[in-house]
Amino acid sequence: MCRLAAITSSKYFSPMENILALETMKEGHDGSGLGLTLKDLGGEFREFKEYPILSCICSRKGREVLDAYMDEIGFKLLHRWKPKIKPVKGIVARDYYFAGVYEYPDEWKDRTFKEKEELLLNTRIALRKMGEKDESIFAFSFYPDVITLKEVGDPLEIGEFFGLDKDILKAKIIFAQGRQNTNYQIYLYACHPFFIQGYCTMTNGENTAFVPIREFLMSRGLKGYIGYNSDSEVFAHILHYCQRQLEFPLFYYKDIITPLKNGEIEGRKDKEALILIKQALRPLCIDGPNMVIGFTPDGTCFMVQDSKKLRPGVVGGVNGKYALMSELCGLDKVIPNRDRSKDIFPMKYDMVIVSPEAKEVKVWNQLQG
Amino acid sequence: MEPVAGLKLDYNHKLTIKEYPYIIRWREDRCKRCGQCTAICPNGAIIPAVKYMRVIESTGDTPKPRPVRRVIHVIEQVNNMENYCTGCAMCSAVCPNNAIEPEFNPNSKFLFYKNHGGEGYKRGGRRNDPGISTLDRIKFTRISMLTDPALDAGRHEFRVRTYLGRILPPEELPLKVQDGILTIDKSSGKFIPPVREIFPIMIGSMSIGALSPHMWEGLAMGVAYLNEIEGIPVVMCSGEGGFAPRLLKSRYIKYFILQIASGYFGWDSIIHSLPQMKEDPAAIEIKYGQGAKPGDGGLLMAPKVIKLIAEIRGVPKYVDLPSPPTHQTKYSIEEAVMKMIQSMSMAFGFRVPVYPKISGTRTAKAVLNNLARNPYAAALCIDGEDGGTGAAYNVSLDKMGHPIASNIRECYLDLVKQGKQNELPLIAAGGIGKKGNLAANAAALIMLGASAVAIGKYIMQATADCLGDENNRCNLCNTGKCPRGITTQDPKLYRRLDPDKVAERVVEVFKAADVELRKIFAPMGRSTELPIGMSDGLSIDDKAMAERLEISYAC
Repeated sequence: MCRLAAITSSKYFSPMENILALETMKEGHDGSGLGLTLKDLGGEFREFKEYPILSCICSRKGREVLDAYMDEIGFKLLHRWKPKIKPVKGIVARDYYFAGVYEYPDEWKDRTFKEKEELLLNTRIALRKMGEKDESIFAFSFYPDVITLKEVGDPLEIGEFFGLDKDILKAKIIFAQGRQNTNYQIYLYACHPFFIQGYCTMTNGENTAFVPIREFLMSRGLKGYIGYNSDSEVFAHILHYCQRQLEFPLFYYKDIITPLKNGEIEGRKDKEALILIKQALRPLCIDGPNMVIGFTPDGTCFMVQDSKKLRPGVVGGVNGKYALMSELCGLDKVIPNRDRSKDIFPMKYDMVIVSPEAKEVKVWNQLQG
Repeated sequence: MEPVAGLKLDYNHKLTIKEYPYIIRWREDRCKRCGQCTAICPNGAIIPAVKYMRVIESTGDTPKPRPVRRVIHVIEQVNNMENYCTGCAMCSAVCPNNAIEPEFNPNSKFLFYKNHGGEGYKRGGRRNDPGISTLDRIKFTRISMLTDPALDAGRHEFRVRTYLGRILPPEELPLKVQDGILTIDKSSGKFIPPVREIFPIMIGSMSIGALSPHMWEGLAMGVAYLNEIEGIPVVMCSGEGGFAPRLLKSRYIKYFILQIASGYFGWDSIIHSLPQMKEDPAAIEIKYGQGAKPGDGGLLMAPKVIKLIAEIRGVPKYVDLPSPPTHQTKYSIEEAVMKMIQSMSMAFGFRVPVYPKISGTRTAKAVLNNLARNPYAAALCIDGEDGGTGAAYNVSLDKMGHPIASNIRECYLDLVKQGKQNELPLIAAGGIGKKGNLAANAAALIMLGASAVAIGKYIMQATADCLGDENNRCNLCNTGKCPRGITTQDPKLYRRLDPDKVAERVVEVFKAADVELRKIFAPMGRSTELPIGMSDGLSIDDKAMAERLEISYAC
């Protein structure tokens, strides 16, 4: 089972906290990869909050292609962060890992943020397509105040490999996933977390309804709904579709992926709308076994379960720092000094929502609405 | 040389029994000459005969075999193409001594001769193809075990339901956020099409008229029981030929789909009943084609048009009732589909889903795309070549039409390309449960992209012991002489059928199918929604079929 460690805090912290939580939850073999998504960045990125950051892995040739393309579009490089790679046995280092901060092309500077988001998405996809065949470019995210790191190997060793234990890379929200998979042919684009235009999720478990969901998303006519090297990528795109495209409040994400039964809908104030949503979004219903942790552009973090709660998950912490973990020992590692009686183990109808800056935690119950 | 008077030298125009599709095996030693077999034979294929024969007898205190000549009574197969043995085996059913049975003759030359009078062979039933259908070759191969635990068909909650009706695309839902929750935006004036939640297996269109009163009543009672007592929302289509007037005005009408076809039979009484109807029907089906006889109209033979049927259909008694092959008042797909859907929707106040049914065809996608653009089209039913009928030319049944599996698949994938796979439900029919694998065939079609399936022959076999099979057994539905009383209007025949027993079997069939569908979906990790289009769960043992259906090949 994959291990998930999400931490949201009012203060900047190091991704090593997440990685150590993953290490605590480790059970058996775990060399299939680590994915990290950092939001609301501190350290050297604090002064670049408004500028998009491109998170990439490139070959020598890929970097040249990437630089030329970015130049052609008109993006100007303001700053480039490169992890201090420390050779670690078992991890094959690629040529370039970096996060580049760019200034928008001149003609885009006065556009709305929504328009800029489209430019960023299109650019990321174009780069992905350019380097997908020969694996010369992996572009994970291109968005303001967000960095994504991914590599195949043991999470702790990858942390050392990237020098995260020494680097000053910090953020207020960090998602980390360690893949525990017996499939050795891990592809970097299959590593969680998945990010699209400010929305991010990571998941454990397999998605048995993957194909109909993928087909539905891919037929929405949105450029960003591609990839799907992992059956869990759809969870990020459903969130994006629900909130950004349909403009539904966050908790309808739960109603879409695990719709209530007809009798249960009767108890909800919004029952008329729910019936329409249940019908219209039927292909996005998941059957699990999944636990999904996600964040939205405003910094809200959440955890939801499949409709039978077939995977574990816990949320706990103190005011100003909460952790959303797949297992309790991970939470103990990150926030040992907390009131454990207030730990939340979301059940099948629950959606645990942690507000931005980790100010408060709410449990939204699907039956009550 | 002149022939001798009284003797016939030329037997060229007399067939041998070996030319017939079934040969009667009669055992003289077991037969007590009760005559039940000859009385019940629906086609007059066997007759009692008297023969003067030489037999060997051994009698007396010291028996010694000796030949004697005597008059004996035998059961004889008729050597006449009009009275061919259909293989129905009703003779075996009534024989007290197991003395008689028909035997299938794979070497028969039946079709060489069954066109006397210059008329092609007409029959009822199904396509005569005893081979294994594509649906029966499909296996469910994506099994959840450890990485994604299997569900428990007996204990977990399952929702084996589907939607019948046009579903709005999510982007067009008339919703607005008010006080933090979504509400219907009534000011938008957006039409929200009617949608029914039904069990994904429905009873396909079979008319009052084609079916006997007992059969139809049994099916209807079973459907009502399933809905009201078992909570399984099974719907049934009326077929073309109107509807029982009292039932039209009852609350049970909501479990039935009313069909309108090219003859418009029965619609006069339906339209006149509208003001008195307490409930709306489940849906309206507009029949443009039928899988068993694509491009051909319906036909109710004169002997079946008894008083009740004539009243419901508004026609004189005992006249042939042919429906034209196409709707005669229409001249284009826009006319035929769009205007009829609009008219029928309007007649029921836009509260009832209206959808067309077509026969499986390579041009199905053209119809589909027309419907996809029509916001009032509620679904598309495609009836594959393995569908059944009460009457058709043998050539239509056997050789016309398109298999359902690839037809549904290509239509579904076409909808996927347009992003409308959830908006326009596809209903698959024709050959589901052909070999008895009802749930497996239904699940395979659903995972290929159908939202629901419709069955006809399966329900007749399972609930009323229909005798037909793919070796042209019985298939007398067109003659009105159905020996089981299923497709006849002759009271002497249909009183053999107990409608209560039919209803009981309908309930049993659907309860069992419900359990079996769970037994398929549970190990594949699906329970909350029907796995429509979950093609990664399917495999087939033929590479070409796998490629055509865009599923995996497994052997």
